[in-house]
Amino acid sequence: MGRFLVRRITFAVVVIWVAVTIVFILYFVAPHDPARLIAGRQATAQTLADVRHRLGLDRPILDQYASFLWRLLHGDLGYSYVNSAPVTTIIGQDLPVSASLGLGAAVIWLLIGVSSGVLGAVRPRSLADRATTGFALFFYSMPTFLLGELLLLVLFFRLHLLGFDFFPGSGYVGITQSPYQWFVHLVLPWFTLALVLSATYTRLTRASMLDVLGEDYIRTARAKGIGEKRVIVRHGLRAALAPVVTQFGVDIGQLVGGVIVTETVFGLPGLGQQIISSISRQDLPVIIGLVVLASAFVVTASIVVDLFYAVLDPRVRLT
Amino acid sequence: MTQTAFAEIPPEVPLASHLEAAKSIEGRSPWQLALERLRHDRVAIASAVVIVLVALMAVVAPLVAMAVGHGPNTQYRDTGLSPGGIPVGPNSTFLLGTDELGRDVLVRIFYGARVSLLAGVVASGLAAMLGLVIGLMAGYFGRVVDTVLSRFLDVVLALPYLVFAIALIAVVGPSLGVSIGVIAFFSFASVGRIVRGQVLVMREKEFVEAARSLGANDLRILFVDILPNVLAPVIVYATLLIPLSIVFEATLSFLGVGVVPPTASWGGMLSDAINYYQVAWWFVVFPGLALLVTTLAFNLAGDSVRDAFDPRYARLFKAR
Repeated sequence: MGRFLVRRITFAVVVIWVAVTIVFILYFVAPHDPARLIAGRQATAQTLADVRHRLGLDRPILDQYASFLWRLLHGDLGYSYVNSAPVTTIIGQDLPVSASLGLGAAVIWLLIGVSSGVLGAVRPRSLADRATTGFALFFYSMPTFLLGELLLLVLFFRLHLLGFDFFPGSGYVGITQSPYQWFVHLVLPWFTLALVLSATYTRLTRASMLDVLGEDYIRTARAKGIGEKRVIVRHGLRAALAPVVTQFGVDIGQLVGGVIVTETVFGLPGLGQQIISSISRQDLPVIIGLVVLASAFVVTASIVVDLFYAVLDPRVRLT
Repeated sequence: MTQTAFAEIPPEVPLASHLEAAKSIEGRSPWQLALERLRHDRVAIASAVVIVLVALMAVVAPLVAMAVGHGPNTQYRDTGLSPGGIPVGPNSTFLLGTDELGRDVLVRIFYGARVSLLAGVVASGLAAMLGLVIGLMAGYFGRVVDTVLSRFLDVVLALPYLVFAIALIAVVGPSLGVSIGVIAFFSFASVGRIVRGQVLVMREKEFVEAARSLGANDLRILFVDILPNVLAPVIVYATLLIPLSIVFEATLSFLGVGVVPPTASWGGMLSDAINYYQVAWWFVVFPGLALLVTTLAFNLAGDSVRDAFDPRYARLFKAR
């Protein structure tokens, strides 16, 4: 257990370091001059030099890199080139939006995916099975942004024309401001993100559940006279969840990237929007900060999943 | 992979039908069997037809442009936009309506098929080849080579790929080639892992030992003995990668870091459409339909290919 954690955390640190270094190299090798972007087109040579000095861009690259890593180790992600706000503050502002979107969607896609997968596996080739498998294939093939646009077109705009304004077309309201408005603004984004992802879970759960239900111990459980519900949930689903948990770890980990598209479609001011706008403004400190956050998310999620695995299946030993 | 072993065991009662069955099984490679299964799979044939149609769309795009008399990037501001500057709906001149610049949506959908197909097929092919080479080396040579390559794959798989893809393209500058490269880079690692696992198993098989004792060198063993045996899963995975790559490319174009405008791409069209869906539903629905039908066909085809190579996956919509 201890060795497992040490090994995985070392790997996590290496991944974050690699990610940061790649981005750092990219943006310093590339022929972009953030100072020119900030100072504007008409800036004199003197102004440009001043801006470069203020940002520390006149120092040697290795020097900048070293001091960046040193600050990173202390939890300091630096300051935005564009508005001089601390990167941690910027992330702190956008995080609640993305977290609301991501976590809400996660609940929905797990519920839909796992339950429809079980439904299909319990009665293979039944009408319910065909329907869920068909839906899963449909949403599996659906690009997230397309589903978002279709939902906007039908559930926002057509309903709006008919005089029903159930769902707002865009924007975000904080949960502390108005829980109801928060919920209403997030319904369409939640389902946009969740329906596409849930398809994978339906397919995974169905396949895994079919495998498990064919095992001998399921027959034993039934022979002992255990109720069918209990057989399916306690004996079947528990064992069938392993690949689902793995996939969930991957998807949660990739969520910082995963929310980009949905936030763009629905105009939600979260981390995804921040990534797009900071890249278009060449705001290197913010970009690196977000890459650090996104990478940390991926590696943390995978460690947590492996720990959870051991809980789910007592035979798993972490070494 | 025990191909013909069973055919040689004589049936206990040598009925005519048994003999016939044995004869028909004999001498067929797993490839022939897979092909045979695909030929009998109605879903596979239907999706293949759709894919061929989409490919035809890509090929005949210039002909369609000539036939309707509208260039893919020409802006028809007089006929294609209402006096208020709003896109016009489907009519006799513009069969699927126009976009926000008065361009013909039909013609642009045909041209967009080129981007999607190219990105989907080339990126998946590149990813499969790269994964194959790395997986073969890691699995066969083992030790330090394996450790280094496997860690490399682990790191690639642990990167937040969409964030990285966008950051990367923002620096290099967007183009179809860059998109394809980025998609391939973030897809090859899973192929590499699969191949490595397969090679680890194959390396210990008797036929590899036999080849080695006959004096075959590493290169020969790798490419003549091992490669054909790990190819099936790679082909299956590459087919399943195509729809994912198409969606990946469309997403990049949607986010403005894919194909550079004014070149028509489905993702790019849907990106423009998001500001106009309230006045021009056709601008969302038709490119969206093209994209969805294409990815659906490739997904169905991919499932069929997987079932053909590995019939253990009993499928739901079975043809026979």
